[in-house]
Amino acid sequence: MLLPPELSVSLRVERPLLPVWPRTPPRAPFCFSPSRLRFHRQHEFFEDGDIHRHLYLQDILTNVTEVTERSKVSEFCCHIVGCCQVFDTLEGYEHHYNTLHRNMCSFCKRSFPSGHLLDTHILEWHDSLFQIMAEKQNMYQCLVEGCAEKFKSSKDRKDHLVKVHLYPSDFRFDKPKKAKSSTKHSKPPSKLDVSMPMDVNVETYEQLQVDSMEICPSESMENPTQPVSGPISSLQEKKLYKSRIPSTVCFGQGASRGFKSMKKKV
Amino acid sequence: MWSRRSSRYRPDASGLEELRGRRREQESALRKARRQQQLVSKRLLREDSLVNGDGQAGVDIAAEPLSEQELFVFRQILQLLRDVQRGTEERKTLLSRLRQGLQQKETQQKFVRLEGSMRVLIGLFTSSLANIQMEAARCLHELSHSSDPTVAEACLPATSYLLTYLSGHSVEFTELCLYTLGNLAVESDAVRKQLLPQGIIPALASCIQSPHVAVLEGLGYVLSQLLQAREAPTKIIPLVLDSVLPQHMLRLVSSNLELGMGVAVEFSWCLHYIVCSHVNNVLLISQGIVSTLVLLLLELASMMSKAVTEGLELLICPLLRCLSNLLAEDETEGCKVQIQDERLLVALFLFMQYFLQQHPFLVQECLWLLNNLTADESIFCSAVLTLDLIPALLQLLPCSRMVTLLALTVLCNIAEKGPAYCHQLHQKAVLPSLLSTLALSDGQVVGQSLELLHLLLLHLPEAADDFLSQAGLQALEQHQDNPQLQERVRALRETYFQPAAASPISRASASAAVLPSS
Repeated sequence: MLLPPELSVSLRVERPLLPVWPRTPPRAPFCFSPSRLRFHRQHEFFEDGDIHRHLYLQDILTNVTEVTERSKVSEFCCHIVGCCQVFDTLEGYEHHYNTLHRNMCSFCKRSFPSGHLLDTHILEWHDSLFQIMAEKQNMYQCLVEGCAEKFKSSKDRKDHLVKVHLYPSDFRFDKPKKAKSSTKHSKPPSKLDVSMPMDVNVETYEQLQVDSMEICPSESMENPTQPVSGPISSLQEKKLYKSRIPSTVCFGQGASRGFKSMKKKV
Repeated sequence: MWSRRSSRYRPDASGLEELRGRRREQESALRKARRQQQLVSKRLLREDSLVNGDGQAGVDIAAEPLSEQELFVFRQILQLLRDVQRGTEERKTLLSRLRQGLQQKETQQKFVRLEGSMRVLIGLFTSSLANIQMEAARCLHELSHSSDPTVAEACLPATSYLLTYLSGHSVEFTELCLYTLGNLAVESDAVRKQLLPQGIIPALASCIQSPHVAVLEGLGYVLSQLLQAREAPTKIIPLVLDSVLPQHMLRLVSSNLELGMGVAVEFSWCLHYIVCSHVNNVLLISQGIVSTLVLLLLELASMMSKAVTEGLELLICPLLRCLSNLLAEDETEGCKVQIQDERLLVALFLFMQYFLQQHPFLVQECLWLLNNLTADESIFCSAVLTLDLIPALLQLLPCSRMVTLLALTVLCNIAEKGPAYCHQLHQKAVLPSLLSTLALSDGQVVGQSLELLHLLLLHLPEAADDFLSQAGLQALEQHQDNPQLQERVRALRETYFQPAAASPISRASASAAVLPSS
């Protein structure tokens, strides 16, 4: 295509504006009048470009030998005391940390997929003030992001989740608090739903959990390196932080596990 | 995704022909689907050390039906997966084997029909044992990609979890969940009827604040799939516009082009689907979409001369479309878009030059924008002339029908502005090109040529002699029997091309008709 040689986007020169004739309507039988064209989503004008876009979508196939992100490093261990998982990729470790350690309730050792669910859990299960307030007003917040509804009880909330948000009735991260709160008998996160026949055997799981996840209070003060991306304000975070770390609790009848450092870690 | 694309395996010459053939088939299937308004595509994230020269491009590999023996093994695998006494490494290995099997359609179908299979899989997917969870997620992803709707819909019970996990922090896992959601979202109305009340839009609105490129690209993919839905203009786009998503999309489209090209591509298509649905473009305009798009196009145009960027057309196409549609927004809605930056004109011609050979579809998209820029604003008409772009525009006339029509329309836009413009057009040798288009058979193209001729002669009657001397009259007379065109042909002849033997009266009245009306 014949473009003038000096044509460049960076050139910005004042150009003389040619004088414009006043616009008149077209004279019959001629009908042309300049107009801006508008095409709606299904217009055939878009066909070629849309096809191109979809060919791009369909042509993707990752090839593991070419992917540079998944670099292997020499084996290393999870640094959380008591957790003996070993990794040879950073991504593997990251996922492990995020799944098991990042959002873990220090009261009952349950892990949650997000900070939001963890906070809800702590509030509803371990905050005695919550129970008092719940008698007077609706305190059980809907779990779906963007929904501001609150409910009188856990059951009401579950009904809402199922009816309005079409959640499964056995949603793992919405278990009602059990009457017995003693940690010895308290059940691990939602693995015990009887409607799921393949669930983990209670004792086995508890064993697994206690063995691999026990953390001493001082250790659990370690701040995860990645910033929490949720909308929690720093003030709120501080308050919750406090409630996650009970000062005197040590599970397992006082037996110390792993390294129990006396100095507080920042 | 984008980075993986460019490092894709390139087959040798023989494999290349086969690949081309397959691509042609894919293309015609897509065209057919689009005409039926059923254009659906899914994406596959797959690690496959078995990928060889055949480069299976995400197509379901046809396999022999599972024998009874294999089915038995399958059931065994499921049993073993249920048994949590087994160590996690062992279970992970079993899951990997399952995943490889699930790459095949027959296996997928048999798997979802096995009693309890999806519950086992989803149970493992929600496990807090990270590597098991990851492997189960990969299995789910394979299922979501299936072309069999029953297989994909079997994944429905997992959606609440997929959405919950979007607020997690593992990049790879979140990315996988996003692509799985994107594949499911495009599957059917029923799936979206579940995803929307489950809060997919708010979940995406939070997730879009992630700094990770892989997550953002996946998110863009999900959003683009949702926005293409048939019910999107009424059910989905209003929710999206109500959230913080548009502001973030604008930010992501223009930031970080070097690393985030894939991200920019996804979100620019999202913006296109929103804009062309004409739901509430005034809102987007108030958020500064016009200047964002203009600046981005300028940046892309300046990038083109520096490095060959494969796939740039995928980004430019939706951006052009957005701008064109925004310019055409109804004035009564309160917001007439005005663009004053002539550099955009230069950018458009640079794009057309660059893509004319390889991706001609982009030329018509550029010309559409050019039409919308030149229709009302004389500033762009003037700039086309003073920047000496007419020869380039004329070179486009012999291209495809749509390109020819649009180029002629742009020329008409310019000619309509008055004598000064027509004078310049005439100087740049528009007439010879016009004569060639008059020789074409397409009625609409010839009609537009006649309109252009009319405008030229209206403002520049002296051009009539030049037209005649180039055998213009004969070119006109070719069409005098065409019902679509005959009135205009006759009008032109009577006004400008009366034979020399005409009476002085008719001559005089002819020139009177040519004077501009006061």
